[in-house]
Amino acid sequence: MRARARIARKVPGAIPVFALGLVVIAALGGDWLAPYDPGAQDLANTAMPPSGAHWLGTDDLGRDVLSRLVSGARIALLGPAVVAIGVAVLATVIGLLAGYRGGWVDSAIMRGVDLVYAVPPLLVAIVVVGVFGGGYPLAIGVLIALSVPADVRMVRSAVLAQRNLAYVESARTVGVGRGRILFTHLLPNVLPTVVANLLLTFVSALVGLAALAFLGLGVGTGAPDWGRMLAENKGMLDLNPAAMAAPAVLITVVAASVTLIGDRVYDRMAARGRDVGRA
Amino acid sequence: MYILAFLGKRLFAAAVTLLVTSFVVFSLLAASPGSPEQTLLGSRPPTPELIAAIRARYHLDDPFLSRFWQWLGDVVQMDFGRSVRSGQPVTDMLSERLDVTLALGVYAFLLVLVIAVPAGLSAGIRRGSVLDRGVTLTALVGVSAPPFAVGLLLLTVFGVGLGWFPVFGAGEGFAGRVEHLTLPAVTMAVAGVAIVARQTRAAALDVATKDFVTFAEARGLPRSVVLGRYALRNSALPVITSAGLVLAMSLTGAVLVESTFALPGLGSLLVESVSTKDIPVVQGLALLTAALMIGVNLVVDLCYLGLDPRVRHSGGA
Repeated sequence: MRARARIARKVPGAIPVFALGLVVIAALGGDWLAPYDPGAQDLANTAMPPSGAHWLGTDDLGRDVLSRLVSGARIALLGPAVVAIGVAVLATVIGLLAGYRGGWVDSAIMRGVDLVYAVPPLLVAIVVVGVFGGGYPLAIGVLIALSVPADVRMVRSAVLAQRNLAYVESARTVGVGRGRILFTHLLPNVLPTVVANLLLTFVSALVGLAALAFLGLGVGTGAPDWGRMLAENKGMLDLNPAAMAAPAVLITVVAASVTLIGDRVYDRMAARGRDVGRA
Repeated sequence: MYILAFLGKRLFAAAVTLLVTSFVVFSLLAASPGSPEQTLLGSRPPTPELIAAIRARYHLDDPFLSRFWQWLGDVVQMDFGRSVRSGQPVTDMLSERLDVTLALGVYAFLLVLVIAVPAGLSAGIRRGSVLDRGVTLTALVGVSAPPFAVGLLLLTVFGVGLGWFPVFGAGEGFAGRVEHLTLPAVTMAVAGVAIVARQTRAAALDVATKDFVTFAEARGLPRSVVLGRYALRNSALPVITSAGLVLAMSLTGAVLVESTFALPGLGSLLVESVSTKDIPVVQGLALLTAALMIGVNLVVDLCYLGLDPRVRHSGGA
């Protein structure tokens, strides 16, 4: 009885992990898992509603919607992952430096951060990618550059909370070098903040890149990108609504799952931090 | 005295930010691919007279910095030049498109206030209840749901499936407007509701444990007074802080929502101008956005002063 109650409590928690797992499998399997060639056109069967042969129907060029979704999973996960990792690495290094060095290094970094902090990254990405026509790499670069400041702030304040604690003080007294204090002593204690934020950055990058593709910026035409599919299939809303609803649901589900997992990771790490502090 | 110093400091910071932003926005023309004349010519035939006229109008023979000052002088007088695409003054184009975006923004903002604040407050007061868990989970999903996906799903269900709301256009007259803007406004409000509800809940959780609330309840004051006068006012600060965040999200949201629902607002104007490389219009929109953001953040600071006597007396450090 009690075991079942415990499982029942765990089931809602498992849903996001399960959903994300499916998408990861699709990303790994890619075209090999897709029932059809994602680029193959079938002009005799365009904009067909879902059927036994095409579970999610076909788009206006007769391409299989499910195959395109499966094949698009890799880029849908890879792009945001690059942004999230890039932001985490840059923000950790800069934040550690600002928090630990203090002085003019800190104020120079923080002035820059303050200036960019309030800027909505996606809005700037729309303007920059649109005007320069730089495509996907530029979109990723802009999103990284504009998401770093918020994380720098967070890492810096975590460092500020740690830098005067006894363990840092004693390491300094014993004569441990600055680099070593930063990366072997401070970094492990700041890492929970960074990891929790990594997932949040992933979500905003996923949404951002999909939004750019939806507006026709970033990804090239023809690529099976989820955001792109939304824009392309919007026109046949009355013929095959699934062609547009499916990528919309998929983007939302992935974003929500990662957010939920990130939230849980953050809670667990915060709780562990409290235990360590108490010990 | 404190208040004046505080105000002065914030105004100065706002002015500096605005200046830096306008410099970046100005540089957009020089930085965009192709020469400035080419960009400003657009699709018009490149006759020598026209090129000379453009060079004179945009002071292209002057050094970069002096061009910037001249441009800034025009901008202060609300003159952003003419659209490359239509030849219309940018200011006219902006004001034409403004009302749809403004109506959408106000509508969405009202929805956020009406839904998020009560939901967050009651969730925070009854911590751990079914209601609380529901609000928390919904807010978590709402924060991450992309506006265009939400919009398209609403469109599929309520526009095409049930046929309750019109599928595109901005509508005529007040009733038509409300009818046409309901789905877009709901779409835009989702993220805002999620943020504000989370903030309000956290603030209410914090306030609910305070002695003065326990005391108010012990005195037998009605729940509405305890909630409305004590809890709401004391949880207002963090909620107002998130207003800046909500605005930033709604600006991005406006671009996506207007494109999704084909509304003729400022957001869709930005997308059109960006993809046709209509730099003067992009510059006008970018500056307008920056000024709005900076202005709202300034107002948020002022609200602190008005709402919390402690900030007033400590000088807002």
